[in-house]
Amino acid sequence: MSLDVAAIRADFPILARTVRSGNPLVYLDSGATAQRPIQVLDAERAYSLTSNAAAHRGTHLLGEEATDALEGARARVAAFIGAEPGEIVFTKSATEGANLLAYAISNAATGGPSGGPAAGTAAAALAVGPGDEIVVTELEHHANLIPWQQLCQRTGATLRWFGVTQDGRLDLSDLDTLINDRTKIVAVTQQSNVTGAMPPVARIAEVAHARGAIVVADGAQSVPHHPVDVRTSGADALFFSAHKMLGPTGIGVLWARADLLAALPPFITGGSMIEVVRMEGSTFLPPPERFEAGVPPVAQAVGLAAACDYLDAIGMAEIAEHERMLTARALEALSEIPGVRVVGPLTTQDRGGAISFTVDQVHPHDVGQVLDELGIAVRTGHHCVWPLHRSLGVQATTRASFYLYNTPGEVDALADGIRTAQKFFGAL
Amino acid sequence: MQLESMYQEIILDHYRHPHHRGLREPFDAQVHHVNPTCGDEITLRVALKEADGDHIVSDISYDSLGCSISQASISVLADLLIGKPVTEAMEVSAEFLDLMHSRGQAEPDEDVLGDAVAFTGVAQYPARIKCALLGWMAWKDATAQALGTAATARALADLDGDLDSDFDRERQ
Repeated sequence: MSLDVAAIRADFPILARTVRSGNPLVYLDSGATAQRPIQVLDAERAYSLTSNAAAHRGTHLLGEEATDALEGARARVAAFIGAEPGEIVFTKSATEGANLLAYAISNAATGGPSGGPAAGTAAAALAVGPGDEIVVTELEHHANLIPWQQLCQRTGATLRWFGVTQDGRLDLSDLDTLINDRTKIVAVTQQSNVTGAMPPVARIAEVAHARGAIVVADGAQSVPHHPVDVRTSGADALFFSAHKMLGPTGIGVLWARADLLAALPPFITGGSMIEVVRMEGSTFLPPPERFEAGVPPVAQAVGLAAACDYLDAIGMAEIAEHERMLTARALEALSEIPGVRVVGPLTTQDRGGAISFTVDQVHPHDVGQVLDELGIAVRTGHHCVWPLHRSLGVQATTRASFYLYNTPGEVDALADGIRTAQKFFGAL
Repeated sequence: MQLESMYQEIILDHYRHPHHRGLREPFDAQVHHVNPTCGDEITLRVALKEADGDHIVSDISYDSLGCSISQASISVLADLLIGKPVTEAMEVSAEFLDLMHSRGQAEPDEDVLGDAVAFTGVAQYPARIKCALLGWMAWKDATAQALGTAATARALADLDGDLDSDFDRERQ
């Protein structure tokens, strides 16, 4: 069944505003951050107006309600991706999720913060060092590249990577050699934020697991747009952010298999992640609390849970199908414009709704400026994926990304806008 | 459309037909600057020559990749600053920086800024200010390096002279 986009749009008042020169907003930048429906804002507000307190602290009623709200949100997010509540760690962002893993693993390697249930052989098994390899891909957002690059630099492990094909998919021709007995970690995105390509993570994971490596998946662009079930994903860990899935900024999620989380030493230490503290040393709580030092962002967690409710009420499969329809229309419309080159797959097969492109003789910044003048919000630049752009031989691109509230008419507006930019800069 | 207020005809002219483009010899310093948000980049060389106790900007040459605003800005910069004493060029540069940080409220002095007054509209778009400043920042960096080199060379020359005169005195 197709989405009732008009009804959905009514939940997002921002989509009704006008922008420069009084044009209606055409928001095609959900890949950067999604807009938020009233339901999410109301949930945050209701919590703040009635129950606001520091969760997991205090003996008063509000503290109990805040704790319930936080743990309820944890269970809601777990259900959204087919996980157990105890496997969900709230972070401040997807980026922090990747860093948490990388630093916890390097703490396992260097014997960093020690003691508690994390100490011992389980943690030692995760340690990486000279002779070990970490495999990433050229498709990765900097958030799933630099933490691993840095981990290698700290520990002496070697970073290796999959290249990309000319149509912006993962080049898996060396899958069986790149992942080998030295491989300890494979970090790969479930969906490229530039080309939209969706690598076969489950297939990669089969090879990785056979070699004893763990698989870390970047879900920042997949979880908001497709049904994701961690039990069939092949990943051992998955991170994503709330603000790309109709939720608030300032909160992200790291999911990892319970045994993996249990084996990891902490990354950020401090309040509410400890078991016993003595001046000589401390022990730490089990996951997920071990990884949630400091007062947690309860209002944001509540907002994220409301976003999960909103998305599930519409249906993730339906949302994915709606985006597939928009993507197909956009790919066709762009293919009809001379001088426009899509950097990424030209069909919707294993592809999400992020479309990056170049326009001959018009720099992406200038394309974006003309589109902005017409009310069309897109992203320009390298989208935090510099190596991919280098690899595909482009300096920067313009990216349009779609979500459940976008319409076919907005896709057509994009195509018209690109033609206007070409005319303005004399490229036609 | 407000687009014309940003993309003044002067800017589009410089973008389509950039002045002083290409890397040339001789030069005293070369820098490579990048705009990390979009990957735009410039390699810029500065050549100075000494005159009347000051330095003159004898050449600015560059190789760059970027949007219309960044490319036009570099072209305008080269037009404006080549042939000027460094002190005066630094004043022009400071004036341009002020203009770009004015949010479009400044009344630029065309006698000082020449074609660069066309960038007043760009200052209304915070996301594009970095584009306009890419070449100017590279120029400032290269010139500081060139002056450093010149100062070092002069200091060495002075030192040489001192040593020579010391040596001369000794000999006498």
